[in-house]
Amino acid sequence: MAITTTPTAPVERLARTWETAPGLYGILATVDHKKIGKRYIVTALVFFLAGGIEAAFMRTQLIHSNLHLLDAEEYNQIFTMHGVTMLFLFASPILSGFSNYLWPLMIGARDMAFPRVNALSYWTFLLAGIFIYTSFLIGQAPDGGWFAYVPMTERTYSPGLNIDFYALGLIFITISTTVGAVNFVVTFFKMRAPGMSLNRVPIIMWGTLSASVAIIFALPALSAACVMLYFDRRFGMHFFDPAEGGHPLLWQHLFWMFGHPWVYIIVLPAIGLASDMIPTFARRPLAGYTFVALSTITTAILGFGVWVHHMFATGLPMLATTFFSAASMMIAIPSGVSIFAWIATIWHGRPVFRTPFLFLIGFIVLFVIGGVSGVMTAAVPFDWQLTDNYFVVAHLHYVLIGINVFPVFAALYYWLPKMTGRMLSERYGRWVFWLMFIGANLAFFPMHISGMLGMPRRIYTYQSGLGWDTINLITSIGAYVFALGVLLFLLDFFRSLVVGPEAGDNPWDAPTLEWSVSSPPPPYNFAVIPTVRSRHPLWEDRLGEAHHTLLGTGPVLDRGRETFGTSALDSDAYEILQMPEDSIWPVMLAAMMTVTFYGLLFGVWWLAILGLVLVILSLAGWCWPTPLREEELDLLPEEG
Amino acid sequence: MTLVARPYDLPISPQDLRSPGRLGMMLLIATEASFFVYLLFSYFYLASMARGSWPPDGNPALRLSLPNTIILIVSSGTMWWAEAGIKRGQQGRLRLGLLVTLLLGLLFLALQGLEYSHQKFTPATHAYGSLFFTITGFHGAHVAAGLLMNIFVQARAWAGHFTATRHLALSNVALYWHFVDIVWIIVFLSLYISPRLG
Repeated sequence: MAITTTPTAPVERLARTWETAPGLYGILATVDHKKIGKRYIVTALVFFLAGGIEAAFMRTQLIHSNLHLLDAEEYNQIFTMHGVTMLFLFASPILSGFSNYLWPLMIGARDMAFPRVNALSYWTFLLAGIFIYTSFLIGQAPDGGWFAYVPMTERTYSPGLNIDFYALGLIFITISTTVGAVNFVVTFFKMRAPGMSLNRVPIIMWGTLSASVAIIFALPALSAACVMLYFDRRFGMHFFDPAEGGHPLLWQHLFWMFGHPWVYIIVLPAIGLASDMIPTFARRPLAGYTFVALSTITTAILGFGVWVHHMFATGLPMLATTFFSAASMMIAIPSGVSIFAWIATIWHGRPVFRTPFLFLIGFIVLFVIGGVSGVMTAAVPFDWQLTDNYFVVAHLHYVLIGINVFPVFAALYYWLPKMTGRMLSERYGRWVFWLMFIGANLAFFPMHISGMLGMPRRIYTYQSGLGWDTINLITSIGAYVFALGVLLFLLDFFRSLVVGPEAGDNPWDAPTLEWSVSSPPPPYNFAVIPTVRSRHPLWEDRLGEAHHTLLGTGPVLDRGRETFGTSALDSDAYEILQMPEDSIWPVMLAAMMTVTFYGLLFGVWWLAILGLVLVILSLAGWCWPTPLREEELDLLPEEG
Repeated sequence: MTLVARPYDLPISPQDLRSPGRLGMMLLIATEASFFVYLLFSYFYLASMARGSWPPDGNPALRLSLPNTIILIVSSGTMWWAEAGIKRGQQGRLRLGLLVTLLLGLLFLALQGLEYSHQKFTPATHAYGSLFFTITGFHGAHVAAGLLMNIFVQARAWAGHFTATRHLALSNVALYWHFVDIVWIIVFLSLYISPRLG
C-alpha cells in the first residue's frame, strides 16, 4: 500500500471515528477508556463515601464506653461492610480508574488493548458492588469480618444469607478485577507508542503491571476459597469441617495466599502514581528510576511469600512462622529503596509545595509509620501479643490510608484538571490536606496505644473503667476531622467544575505525554501518534536530551479506529491494530452475570441456569465478528 | 510539520501469535491454571491433615478414568490436526477435525457422568467427596466451556470465516482445549494415581 502524506491532521474525521454515540446507547455501549476511567473513579469514590459513613457509625458507637446505638449484629455488619467496601470497592477500583484513564494517554495510544473488556470490567465492578450492597436491603449484610473466618461463617453458626452475599459478591468482583488485569498486562506489552521502550514508561505502568500480574495469580485463591465456602454452606460440603475431614485453616491459607498479595495490589499502583507526581513538584526527574521499577516488581513477588504472617497465632510450627517472619521483614528492603529514591528526588530538586505535593509528603510520612509498625508485627512474639487488637487496626490503616488514600488524593488534585479541564482550589486544597493528615494521625496513632492497652478489634462496645475512654474519644474526633476533609474536597470538586480556572494543557509543567494533549483530551487522544525518544518527553529541552520526542509529526492512522501494535521491549511498531467499535455486549454480559449470581444467592436454580445460558449467548454475540466496513476491507491483505 | 496518513507498509491487525488476542488468551489460561493450583493445594493440604485413610473409600477406580484420559489426549491431537489443516487453507480438514474433537469431548463428559453415578460417596459425604467432585466438576465445566467454544468456532468455520493467514479465534480455542487437556492430566495424576503411590 502506498505511503500517503496529508498536510494537516484530519482531526474532525478522527473525532467522528472515536466519539461515543450520544444518548442512552452511547452511555451503555461506550468503550472509551477515558469515560470508563472516570466512571471507575466516581463509582469508587461513592463507595469510599459509603465505607466512610460506615466508619462514622463505628466511631460514634465507640466514642464512649457502654454505648448501644448499634447492637452487636448491626455493628458486625457495619464493620464487615466497611472492610469489604474499602478493600474491594474503593482501594483497587480507584487505581484501576486512574490506570484506565491515564495509561493510553501516557503511552501515546488511542485506547487500551481490549476496549470492550475494559467496559466489561467496569460494569461487573459496578454490579458486583450493587449486588453486595443489596444485602443491606434485607438486613443481612456480610457480618464475618472482611476475611470471614470459618467455622464462624459456616451455615451452622451463620444461617442467614449474609455470608452468601459475601462469598458470591467477592467471586463476582474477582471477575471484574481479573479481566481488567489481563487488559493492563496486554496493553503494557503491546500498545506503547513507537519508541517508548521499557525503560521509558512512567512508574505507574510498572506499579499497575506488577499488581495485574499478582492479580492473575493470586485472585483465583480467593475465588477458590469463596466457592468452597459457598459449597459448604449451600450444598452441605465439608471443606472446612474437621468432623468430616476438612480443616478450618484451609480457609485461612487460601484467603491469605490471596490476601497478602492483595495488599500490594492496592498499594503498588498508588506508589507508582506517587513516583510519577513527585518529579513534577521536585522539578527534576525521578532519582533511581530503575531501582524504583525493580523494587515495585520485587515487592509484588515477595508478596506471595508472606501470607502466613496473618496466621502466626494459629499454632503453626515454629520453623514455618520463622520463615514467614523473615520473608515479611524482607519486604522492608524494596519499600526502603523506593522511599530513599523519593527523598533523593526531593532533596536534589527545587520542591514546589502545591496541594498534590502536600499529599505526597503526607504519603511518605504515613508510609514510614505504617512500615515501622509492619516490621514490628512481622516479629512472631510481638505479633502474638498484638494480634486481633487495635494495634493491628492502627497498622493496617496507616498502610492503607498512607499508601493508598493519600496518593489517590494527590492524584485527584493532580489529574482531575486533565479530566475536567478545571483546576481545583489551592486554598481549599491546603485545608483538605491538613484536615485529612491531622485527622488520620489523630484517629489512628492512638489506636496503637489502645491496642497495647488490650482493646480487641471488632468489639461493638466496651466497659467503662478499662482506661480506653479517652483514647477512643480522641480516635473518634480524628475520624470526624478526616471526614470533614473529605467533605471539603467534594465541595471543592463541585465548585471547581463551575468556577475553577481553566487548566490548559499542562498546568503543572509536567514531563509526561498525557500533558501534551488538551484538557480534557479529545476522543482520539492524539491526532498524531507520538514517537517517543526519552523518559520525559516534555522536559527534553531543559534536560538537554540529545533526541527529541516527535509530537504533532508522524503517523496519523485515520481509517477507522486505529492505533499501533508495538514490540514488547523496544516498542517498534509492527502492526496497525483495528480497535473495536462501541458495543452493547459488555453491559449485557455483566447484567446476565448479575442474574446468575442472584439465582445462586437465593438458591433459585432455574434463574441461575437461565442467567448462565444468557451469559453464554452474550459471549457468543460479543465474539461473533461484525462485518468490516468498506474502508477496512480495502486494507485487508490479499489472500494467497 | 510532516504528517503521514499511513506510515509504513505495516499489516492491519494481522492474526498471528504476537496479536493482543493471543496474549490475552494466554493470561486467561494462566489465571484459570492458578485456580486449579489452589484447588489441588486444598486437596493435598487436606490429604496431609487426614487422620484416617486417604481416600476414605479406597482409591478411585481407573476403569473409566484411564480410557477417558486417553480420549481427552486424543482429542487434543484432533484439535491440533484441525488447526494444522487451516494453516494450509484446508477448510474441510478444519471442519472435520473440530467435529471429531467435539464428539470426543462429549464422550469424555458422558463417561465422567457415568463414573459419577457409580461413586460410593457424594459431595456431602466427607471432605474427600467435596474435593473430588469440586475438582473434577470444575474440570468438567472447563471441558464444557471448551466445547461451547468449539461449537462457536465451528459455526464460524462453516461460515467460512477462517483462512490460512487469519484464524486467531480458532488458534485461541485450540490453545484453550490443550490447556483443558493438560489440567486433566494433572488432575488425573493427583486424584487417581498419587494415592496409589503412597
